Amino acid sequence: MRGALWDWAYAWSVMPDLMRGFALTVQLTLISAALALSLGFVWSVVRLAGVPLLSPLAWFAAEFFRGTPFLIQLYVVFYVLPNYGIAFSPDATGVLVLGVYGAARSVELYRAGLESLPQGQWEACLALNLPLSYVWRRAVIPQVAPVVLPMLGNLVIVMFKDSAVLSTITVLELVSRARDAGLASFRFLEPLTLAGLLYWAVSYAAARGVRRLEARGGHR
Amino acid sequence: MGIVDRSEPMKATASQGRPIVRMRGVRKAFGPRVILEGLDLDVGAGEKVALIGPSGSGKTTILRLLIGLTEPDAGTIEIDGQYLWHSSRGGTLERADEAHARQVRRCVGMVFQQFNLFPHMTALQNVHEPMEQVLRLKRPEAKERARALLARVGLGEHVDKRPSQLSGGQQQRVAIARSLGLQPKLMLFDEVTSALDPELVGEVLGVLRELAHETDMTMLIVTHEIRFAADIADRVLVFDAGRVVEDGSPEIVLKDPSHPRTRQFLRAILER
Ligand SMILES: Nc1ncnc2c1ncn2[C@@H]1O[C@H](COP(=O)(O)OP(=O)(O)O)[C@@H](O)[C@H]1O
Ligand SMILES: [Mg+2]
Repeated sequence: MRGALWDWAYAWSVMPDLMRGFALTVQLTLISAALALSLGFVWSVVRLAGVPLLSPLAWFAAEFFRGTPFLIQLYVVFYVLPNYGIAFSPDATGVLVLGVYGAARSVELYRAGLESLPQGQWEACLALNLPLSYVWRRAVIPQVAPVVLPMLGNLVIVMFKDSAVLSTITVLELVSRARDAGLASFRFLEPLTLAGLLYWAVSYAAARGVRRLEARGGHR
Repeated sequence: MGIVDRSEPMKATASQGRPIVRMRGVRKAFGPRVILEGLDLDVGAGEKVALIGPSGSGKTTILRLLIGLTEPDAGTIEIDGQYLWHSSRGGTLERADEAHARQVRRCVGMVFQQFNLFPHMTALQNVHEPMEQVLRLKRPEAKERARALLARVGLGEHVDKRPSQLSGGQQQRVAIARSLGLQPKLMLFDEVTSALDPELVGEVLGVLRELAHETDMTMLIVTHEIRFAADIADRVLVFDAGRVVEDGSPEIVLKDPSHPRTRQFLRAILER
């Protein structure tokens, strides 16, 4: 009987599978993050633009996605929508739901960033009659980015860890691979520990990067 | 001299020359608080007008109305012969759009109490980039003109510094140069020295004085610096509770104010 002690040979043997899962986790996170940050930006602009009907709707949708569990959103898209003829592959479902959930959360961050810009900056732009494209490109974004980018970075780190939930809809990401390896040999300690370490290593490195970004923003 | 007809309510509509500002029946309220009501105000082209009055009397609101940062609830505002928020069609006034207001306020500039410079740009960029955007100048020409303007306000050596590297007085002079760069016919100055340490006030007032004496630009200056107002203004308007209570040459208004509150207010300021 194999004991509870760490088995190096076994740990080594599950690494290739784990690395495949890890690669997919990173890939899905990056695609979802790109979707989240770009969709979130458009979403924020619509929310703040004061368009009748559309802006309140954008506000409500953001609140809704932020206020319901990610897991439920995932299950609805994966198990319910196919009954109405809307079906995606597990990976696509994962990217879509994680991306929209991240976008809804990023709306708050973009809003906080824009609100950090003093009202006087907008007023100066208007008093100078500057064209709107210039106002955003040269006045707003360069001042808001140092505030918003670290917050977005932290959001991507959270999304990276949240992507573990995609294991529940048969996406073969890191947690799925670790679980499957454990089930195959009835030994979970090594694969789960290694998976945890991989998440931690990436999160830690990314968090350090974010902190450096924050420090640079603060220096301006 | 010194005989002012006090039976008539003061109306700030007397001015020589073609009016560059004409406000008629302007009303502005914030919620239930009425700030301005039935305000008529004319400013002639080239006039240097000082606007004084207690804090909260609506001076800033008037400047913001004139540059379109605030929209009036009622009444009309004409800038250089054009309605700011209306267009006249067959004799009747219609509400015009933002694009119209944009085009009308092109000849108006404003300098704020808090400077509102772009903190991530150098002094030179703060001045030349708006010139490129609004006057459609090529970059080298805009830069050259911006350098000349910064030199004129005494900042020739600081063109490559960011606002955070400049004193408040220097920042405010950059802000003045930035507005001047767009060649406004009407410049609005809103307590431009109020946020400055006392020792930096003089350098900014010096720039205003020079502008007042050497340009034919119309200047509307909100200030608490009474002596300065008396020195450079052709005309002093005293506001109280959203109404013009005094209007006349500095000699008459400041030496012989007709309104008891004006006297009280001036005394309070002069004793500071
Ligand atoms: N955006 C606003 N919302 C509500 N009240 C305002 C706003 N702007 C100005 N006020 C009020 O209007 C009054 C006049 O303000 P203001 O024009 O700034 O006076 P002044 O410049 O003469 O001190 C003040 O009581 C001020 O509190
Ligand atoms: Mg004011």
